Amino acid sequence: MRKYDKMVTNAAGRDVPTFVNGKPAVPYMGIGKFKPTGRKTAPPIVSCADYPADGNKVVGSLKEALIKCGLKDGMTISSHHHFRNGDLVAVPVFDAARELGAKDLMWFPSASFPCHEPLIKYLEDGTIHHIEGSMNGALGRFTSEGRMKGLGVLRSHGGRYQAVQDGDVHIDIAIIAAPSADAFGNANGVNGSAACGLLGFALADSQYADKVIVVTDNLVPFPCIPWQIQGNYVDCVVVLDQIGIPEKIISGTTEVTKSPDRLLLAEWSAQFCNEAGLIHDGFSFQAGAGGTSLSIGIYFADILREQGWKARFARGGSNKYLVKMLEEGLTDYILDGQTFDLDGVRSMRENPAHVNTSPFTSYNYHGKGNFSSMIDVVILGATEVDVNFNANVVTHSDGLLLHGIGGWQNCLFGKTVILPIPLFRDRIPVIRDKVTTLCAPGELIDVIVTERGIAINPLRTDLIEKMKGTTLPIKTIQELKEEADKICGIPEKPKFTDEVVAVIKWVDGTVLDSVYKLDRLDRLDRLDKKQ
Amino acid sequence: MGELVSAGNKGKGVRSDCFVSFEPTAGGGIHLELNSKVDVLYGNSIREDIQKILDHLSIRDATMKVEDSGALLPVIAARLEAAIKQVVPEEKEFLIPMLKENLYGTARDRNRFSRLYLPGNTPSLMINAGIHRPDGIILDLEDAVAPDKKDEARYMVRNALRGFDFYGAERMVRINQGERGLVDLDFIVPHNVNLILLPKCEHPEQIHAVNTRIREIGLHHEHLNPIWIMPIVESAMGVINAYSIASAAENVVALAIGLEDYTADIGTRRTAEGTESFFARSMVVNAARAAGIQPIDSVFSDVADMEGLAENVRRSKALGFDGMGCIHPRQIRVIHDAFAPTKEEIEKAKKIVAAFHEAEANGIGVVALGTKMIDPPVVKRALNTINLAVKMNKLDQNWRESHA
Repeated sequence: MRKYDKMVTNAAGRDVPTFVNGKPAVPYMGIGKFKPTGRKTAPPIVSCADYPADGNKVVGSLKEALIKCGLKDGMTISSHHHFRNGDLVAVPVFDAARELGAKDLMWFPSASFPCHEPLIKYLEDGTIHHIEGSMNGALGRFTSEGRMKGLGVLRSHGGRYQAVQDGDVHIDIAIIAAPSADAFGNANGVNGSAACGLLGFALADSQYADKVIVVTDNLVPFPCIPWQIQGNYVDCVVVLDQIGIPEKIISGTTEVTKSPDRLLLAEWSAQFCNEAGLIHDGFSFQAGAGGTSLSIGIYFADILREQGWKARFARGGSNKYLVKMLEEGLTDYILDGQTFDLDGVRSMRENPAHVNTSPFTSYNYHGKGNFSSMIDVVILGATEVDVNFNANVVTHSDGLLLHGIGGWQNCLFGKTVILPIPLFRDRIPVIRDKVTTLCAPGELIDVIVTERGIAINPLRTDLIEKMKGTTLPIKTIQELKEEADKICGIPEKPKFTDEVVAVIKWVDGTVLDSVYKLDRLDRLDRLDKKQ
Repeated sequence: MGELVSAGNKGKGVRSDCFVSFEPTAGGGIHLELNSKVDVLYGNSIREDIQKILDHLSIRDATMKVEDSGALLPVIAARLEAAIKQVVPEEKEFLIPMLKENLYGTARDRNRFSRLYLPGNTPSLMINAGIHRPDGIILDLEDAVAPDKKDEARYMVRNALRGFDFYGAERMVRINQGERGLVDLDFIVPHNVNLILLPKCEHPEQIHAVNTRIREIGLHHEHLNPIWIMPIVESAMGVINAYSIASAAENVVALAIGLEDYTADIGTRRTAEGTESFFARSMVVNAARAAGIQPIDSVFSDVADMEGLAENVRRSKALGFDGMGCIHPRQIRVIHDAFAPTKEEIEKAKKIVAAFHEAEANGIGVVALGTKMIDPPVVKRALNTINLAVKMNKLDQNWRESHA
């Protein structure tokens, strides 16, 4: 099986393979241009006769569960990032698979974290063939160095649901780590010592995988309520001593920033939204994790309070600040995609207006709509933006793959997308002539807020009109780039080989861009700056 | 062979800086080891810049190592020169180009509500300081720099004055006390410093010494903008001599008080309510007013306590101060808001100014509001309030069109 084959230039002008890990792949055609045909995929039909009538599906160990689920070479094993950097499940699953002598597995996580670095040894010894998901930190570096046997495939959260639903990715065995579960396999994330709120990223896996294993450290008698994951999809349940480290499940980016520069970005972003009339009674917004976004949410709350308005819904990543808004009556609902802290978990458990959502309701592009396109204001980060507003969120300017896409691509469909980003980070310019890796077509990005000026996408003539006469420093993106170049100097281009190591999928499953193996690796130093 | 010297900062948490180790050798050319976080993007240009600086300073043989955490050229040049000058007696300076944006002078009576202190040897804090729009930015060569870093900080401050955009903020430097402070002047006077802060000021002679040195340096440089002086009173002696300090020279435009040292000097400590410094603060206000210059308050050191800061500024304004220092950009907005005219003050001033214009238009010499006569100083203060409100975006400059 060739890693990739038959490069073509896609509609975004990027060279991409049309064969990825041996399967045909459609090059990106433009936003909304690719029209899928056919029917969704489906898991095999099974019979109750083959499952215990008393509902007890507990097996003794991960190894036993993998055997029971028919683990074979070349299979696809999925897992999820609800526990973020505190995950204690994915690595033991592959330890077990290795002990069983499995080879060439594909790992299909919804995201990876630094805690997954131990899997590198399985990528090296052939247990894992390649990863389709996100390749963060050390796994990203491993990929950038061209050391992975297969081609990395990066998808958005919505794109992951789409790929599973459409049959682009066939999950053989889904591993669902659950903070609370019963022996039948009903499971939730709101109770238990590894409580993480919701289990939305595992929904597609439960629905479409051939086999589903629920792993818990908190087995409760039937019924486990709420059953965010329904046991009717589940083949077996494994009980471990501990499935997650609570303090690492809480994301490190849930504190409001103290950086004066980031606070300025937050303040200007909120002021921009206010002056442009984007905030109104009944409006909706998404402000993700990360210090700057959190601060913007707080400014939004201030504006709503001052005006006597109320948001209809806030899209989370929920955290204590959003929960405070909900409890103060500044928003009717939180539509939560992942829960970032214990206040979020508590609120989801207790408050019916704190709703758990899945990539199906929020992000799936091959559905009959999704609510990401209904959100009024979306705040996102980026590692790079180019003069045509195209953005990159996976590689840094030196070409190293470091982050996953997450829900970022899906959120671009919001009505107004704002990127508050510094003009440069320790001399590394953020606005480039051309992004190193294309993750978002520029037509979906409306406003770039930097500490030295705000650029509005020329396509948004309405915003340009509304901001006439503002005291905010509105500039063109070209002016911003020149300002950065003047301060930092004109950067050299990172040198790549022509070998592709990963591809970036668009939300519809087409291939948007390729990530290349780096040249001059000896001169690389890791950039640990995260927005 | 030669002596190994170094300058700059490295290690965990250090950003936008670099650490240079330098050892002159008897021959063999330049051996440069560059270890840069931005090597992929700027490695070649950093090497070229280093070569340019070495050529300028006539360094032909040396072993050196540059550990770079994303430093901009003004920083790399400052670190390199600071290291070299420790072992190579070379008069010549390596001056990076002066940004033309930095060539402005400032008015004697401009607003000095906020002045942001920045340690003179920490470039990462300097690069974006101006975007937070303080009235003044102080590059501090005195207490915010460790004793063994004071020499290298001079090069850093000089290069910052030339190469970092101050975005219109008044360009200030706090020099050291005594003889060291006079040498500091060589590194700032030729580079368009707008205002010099003089710490621990107790006698007018300290100001005269600084002015004499400024004039000497000025002989070798043309087109210098005016250089203002803000003495800082930080002792009982300073407080007692406040008026003679405030009136010591024509270019003294403001008198500041530093309360940490002052309270230590009188044998007490700072409290939130500030009873212990009431006398000193009032002396400084009165001395400054008597000399026709601006009285400026001390810093508020709890950067997390915005409420406390706002309260502090209100008290400061009530005592008669025209501004205060800040140690974090987040304090700037709070200080400006508290020194800005309040809504009530603006409304009242609008009425008075409108009445004044009406009286003027009608050719009446006496301004009246209803049945009440308004004295000329009240009109003047109202006009000041309006000007200030417009300047601080608290009032539209065409307010009279909508004022019925």
